[in-house]
Amino acid sequence: MKKALIYICLIVMAITFLYPFFWMIMASLTPEKLIGSLTFIPDSFTFDNYLAMFGKIPIGRALLNSMFVSSVITLGVILIGAMVGYALAKTRFMGRNFIFYLIIFTMTLPFQITLIPNYITIVKLGWVDQYTALIIPFLVNNFAILMFRQSFMSVPQALIDAARIDGCSELRIIFQVLFPSIIPTIVTVGILTFMTTWNEVLWPLIVVRDEMVMTMPQLVTLFSVGGRADAQLGVKLASAVLLALPIMIAYSFFQKYFIQSMASSGIK
Amino acid sequence: MHVRPKKKRSIIPYLLVSPYLLFFLVFVAFPVLFSFFLTFHKWNIISPMEYSGMDNYTRMFNDRLFWKSLRNTLWFLVIHIPLQIIFALGLAVFLNSKIKFKGLFRSVFFLPVIVSGVVVTIMWQQLYGFNGGVINQLLNSIGLGRVGWLTNPAMSMPSIAIMATWKNVGLYIILFLVGLQAVPEHYYEAAEIDGASSWQKLWYITIPAINPTIFMVIILSTIGGFSLFIEPYVMTGGGPLNSSLSSVLYIYKQAFEFYHMGYAATLGFAFAFIILIIIVIQKKYIEKKY
Repeated sequence: MKKALIYICLIVMAITFLYPFFWMIMASLTPEKLIGSLTFIPDSFTFDNYLAMFGKIPIGRALLNSMFVSSVITLGVILIGAMVGYALAKTRFMGRNFIFYLIIFTMTLPFQITLIPNYITIVKLGWVDQYTALIIPFLVNNFAILMFRQSFMSVPQALIDAARIDGCSELRIIFQVLFPSIIPTIVTVGILTFMTTWNEVLWPLIVVRDEMVMTMPQLVTLFSVGGRADAQLGVKLASAVLLALPIMIAYSFFQKYFIQSMASSGIK
Repeated sequence: MHVRPKKKRSIIPYLLVSPYLLFFLVFVAFPVLFSFFLTFHKWNIISPMEYSGMDNYTRMFNDRLFWKSLRNTLWFLVIHIPLQIIFALGLAVFLNSKIKFKGLFRSVFFLPVIVSGVVVTIMWQQLYGFNGGVINQLLNSIGLGRVGWLTNPAMSMPSIAIMATWKNVGLYIILFLVGLQAVPEHYYEAAEIDGASSWQKLWYITIPAINPTIFMVIILSTIGGFSLFIEPYVMTGGGPLNSSLSSVLYIYKQAFEFYHMGYAATLGFAFAFIILIIIVIQKKYIEKKY
């Protein structure tokens, strides 16, 4: 009896979570005139909304931009995060604790303080409308550094000593000797970084005005608020579907890793 | 004895941390100082900067929209945080019981977490529609009438708060599940022997045991509330009548629509200060309570 109640609650909630996605996908395939009355499955299907969208905005280009920006940032965050994390975990140098506390302090600093001056820095560097503006400020990630520091600390020192005696450089120690033993951390940092970068909107809106450099969420945002969709709901929804699709496909394959990664980011 | 290669003062660690130091100087230290400097100036980026003393601060204290955006954010938090805790904890307790398809339910609840806020907002904008929106159609069909989710100034912020709860609850379910699994089973067994009801178990065992998770959810939601931008930007543009103007949206408007860089920096400082104060108060209050 009690169990039945739990199932009913969970099923009702699950429908509440799936229905909006279902509706959006169905509506994007519905002729414009019929969207207003759509609640479940449309009477007739069409790809017109998608075709109209490709004609109005360079969404394909935006997809490539997003892929490029997110991939470069993810790679950079992993490489730099591992280097700094390793230095903090396994080497001794003056100022090590100071840097560690600096990272903690930076993490607690609300971004509202740095938003305006960082924009001005980008302007002064001449990076407006450049990929550098989208990539460089995100290459160093405090959370990634702390994650790597944490997992390098549990790597046995003997492994490092042995490699040093064999004459390995520190970079080879990090990326060749130690990387295989911290794969879960790399996956976690990779998924989190890729996802947050893929979904980031505020920063691109500020530093990019050129449509050819825009990331996908930015283009979809401007398209849907700027009147470019000509009040055509179907086109707007089609662009939202296309924006959601890549990350949803990735999620369907790596669900477990997505959930674990996000959980560990909350727990720290 | 522990054998180590001969220790010499090496520059290698410094080389390894140098990217971080560079980043810190350019994107953290300099901006914080420069932002503080900007709060005493008037500047639109193009013409030369003008010293304006405390003008930005006095202006802020007299700015109706500053207080409005702060009130809106607090109003958002008052609705969002309890909703978030009730739904996340409730669903986590259900998922922690002995039922089938746990993984499936968990994946479904987590779906909105991974999707861009833009997508979620565009979707909910349609669900909230006054005439065609599915929610109003449903309410109307059971005789409750239509609600101006996005058109009524009293409803716009609650509507965004409901949507934000829907988007984030999956993450907090996972955090609560981790917390719940750490509660020792024998606590519940002992309570059952004493004849405790489900509610009593929840209230006297579960909630005190997962208090740290509740605290974390409150902190993360508070930070989230003060970061609210894309939701009002896409859904309402901050309206109607500025009823959904969030703090970040107001900073954005001052900086990138009116080019009031000095004033926007002042707002940034003020909101950051308010966030820190609220978190300190929350920490003190919640730690005292248990």
